[in-house]
Amino acid sequence: MSTSTIRRIVAAVAGVALLGSVAACGDNAAIDDPDTVPSSKTEISGNFAGAGASSQQAAVEAWISGFQRVNPQAKISYNPSGSGAGVTTFLTGATAWASSDKPLDHEEVNESKSVCKEGTAFDVPVYATPIAVAFNLNGVSDTGQHLRMDASTIAKIFNGSITQWNDPAIAKQNPDVTLPHLPITIVHRSDKSGTTLNFVEYLKAAAGNDWKYDLSENWPNELGQGAKGTSGVVSTITQANGTIGYADLSQVGELGTVAVKVGDDYVPISAKSASNALVDSKIDESVQGANRVVVAINHNTKAENAYPIVMISYDIACPVYKDENTGRFAQAWLTYITSQPGQIAAQKATGSAPLPSNITDAVEASIEAMN
Amino acid sequence: MSSLTKPVSGKRFDTVFRGIVYACGILILVVLAAVTVFLFVRAWPAIGGNHEDVADTIGKFTGGKITSFWGYVGPLLFGTVLVAAIALVVAFFVSMGIALFISHYAPKKLATVLNYIVDLLAAIPSVIYGLWGGLVLVPAIYPFWNWVAQYLGWIPIFAGPAANPARTVASVSVVLAIMILPIITSISRDIFQQTPRLLQEAALGLGATKWEMIKLAVIPFGKSGVISASMLGLGRALGETMAVLMILSPGLTYSVQLLKASQNQTIAANIAAQYPEANGLGVSVLIATGLVLFVLTFLVNLLARKITQKASVK
Repeated sequence: MSTSTIRRIVAAVAGVALLGSVAACGDNAAIDDPDTVPSSKTEISGNFAGAGASSQQAAVEAWISGFQRVNPQAKISYNPSGSGAGVTTFLTGATAWASSDKPLDHEEVNESKSVCKEGTAFDVPVYATPIAVAFNLNGVSDTGQHLRMDASTIAKIFNGSITQWNDPAIAKQNPDVTLPHLPITIVHRSDKSGTTLNFVEYLKAAAGNDWKYDLSENWPNELGQGAKGTSGVVSTITQANGTIGYADLSQVGELGTVAVKVGDDYVPISAKSASNALVDSKIDESVQGANRVVVAINHNTKAENAYPIVMISYDIACPVYKDENTGRFAQAWLTYITSQPGQIAAQKATGSAPLPSNITDAVEASIEAMN
Repeated sequence: MSSLTKPVSGKRFDTVFRGIVYACGILILVVLAAVTVFLFVRAWPAIGGNHEDVADTIGKFTGGKITSFWGYVGPLLFGTVLVAAIALVVAFFVSMGIALFISHYAPKKLATVLNYIVDLLAAIPSVIYGLWGGLVLVPAIYPFWNWVAQYLGWIPIFAGPAANPARTVASVSVVLAIMILPIITSISRDIFQQTPRLLQEAALGLGATKWEMIKLAVIPFGKSGVISASMLGLGRALGETMAVLMILSPGLTYSVQLLKASQNQTIAANIAAQYPEANGLGVSVLIATGLVLFVLTFLVNLLARKITQKASVK
């Protein structure tokens, strides 16, 4: 009996290994060969640390392993301490780069003079992730159905003017769905968060008069329920019938998601459709500081199949580092993570939206200006 | 033989030991002083610094609704006291029941098992209670709160509709009550068990029933100990962070509507929630709220001491 068990285990392991190798072949066909990762001419070695946005953590892990395939001597660590803490640490000179869910402000750019050998720190977009409006509604989300809403309806739900699931505003846009007479419980982040900021930026830009709150990383009203972190929001939504909230697409799991009205169509959430919205967005030319690339996301896009609720996360680096080796690393690192293989590695790990070429072109120019 | 010829050999050790004990005693003072100094120094930019910057930072924490420090710490302080007080009220009566059951009613074997379980409960880390509360209790307790809101909703604190999921002050208080139950129970039990047999038998001998005996002899004897046990429990509830953070949907109001979400927040949970994304001045503001909590717990302990002194003098 024990031999047959062992035989079965061996067979299973072999089967899994076979599947794995087949899958690996598929990957190689689908994406560029990892060996073509663009890197500086000489190999990077040494210990390098970064810190910042927790939203980037999974992507950074994927990038570290991708980067080390080409530069095995580089030891990279990442501390997902939060955007604010990451920038503060970077400005003390303790880390090679910082990740942040929002671009630097004017003071931070000025402060960076003391850390960089020359010039001031700059930020480039490295990671874009679609934010889902996710809900849990018995009879709808558990049967795999999705809802359709325009920006004004979403804003009215989150500002408390729509309180029932069968409100005419929702029902009118979803004629095929039977909506229950049930109060809506909105769920939002209780901690400071780039996800919140990007979500309310969308509401402010797209819903006009239905969203009157100021922009902030903290949720602006006392309605519904607050939960800590993306996982807290998702677990709160999961716990009760009739809840709706917002969270990174990669985390929403089995919950229902809202297809958002863009132009005359309703666009379901996906990495591809989020990328399409970025294609229709412009670089914000008004920011002060050399080499900075800040994306003004076009929340009012009318482009076809473009999902407009997208969060962009940045990496912050110096144009010239006091330590030459760190400078070489930072340049190679940014080059890799914003390259197509880097973006695809992040997409596979987290479901993020690859940055389109209108953005990466500007990013490339900034990175090339480093030395 | 040698020990007889050297009768003074213990003296040096005595001095050394006395030194160690003194050092330990002083160390606790130094630690307390260090914590106090740390809190004051780090909180200073928020208390004595540029008022506009502080207002700006607090505005960022609250989405622009509150800009003054006391306007920010007030609701937090209120929430902290509210949650801890309800937890204490709930835990107190249950603890008394368990303690009296163990000391005077339970058969010896059962009492031993119960003792063991109470001590075990005290050893469970708060994050476990938090996880259990957030993932199991919150969805499970909603029907009960809904029932309370329906039939007792005319009492303002139970006004409905009950929040679903029940991430409310009511649910947090229940979890905190369970957390502080073992401390109050085990100290009270020890004291009840020390009630002099003579007093108890005298009461019974005078014709008292068992309840009368407990009322006349056991409870008066244990009163001061029970109060200090409760204050220890209250202290734990005031500073509890993880369980509150994982269960409560926070808000910054002076509301006492226990069944609604996003009404109150505690100081400790607020610090833990806001710290990761806070900038330099933001951290100072959070530490200043921590200073307020420190003063509060200090006052609670002082009060407890006063009460127990009075009770024991009687």
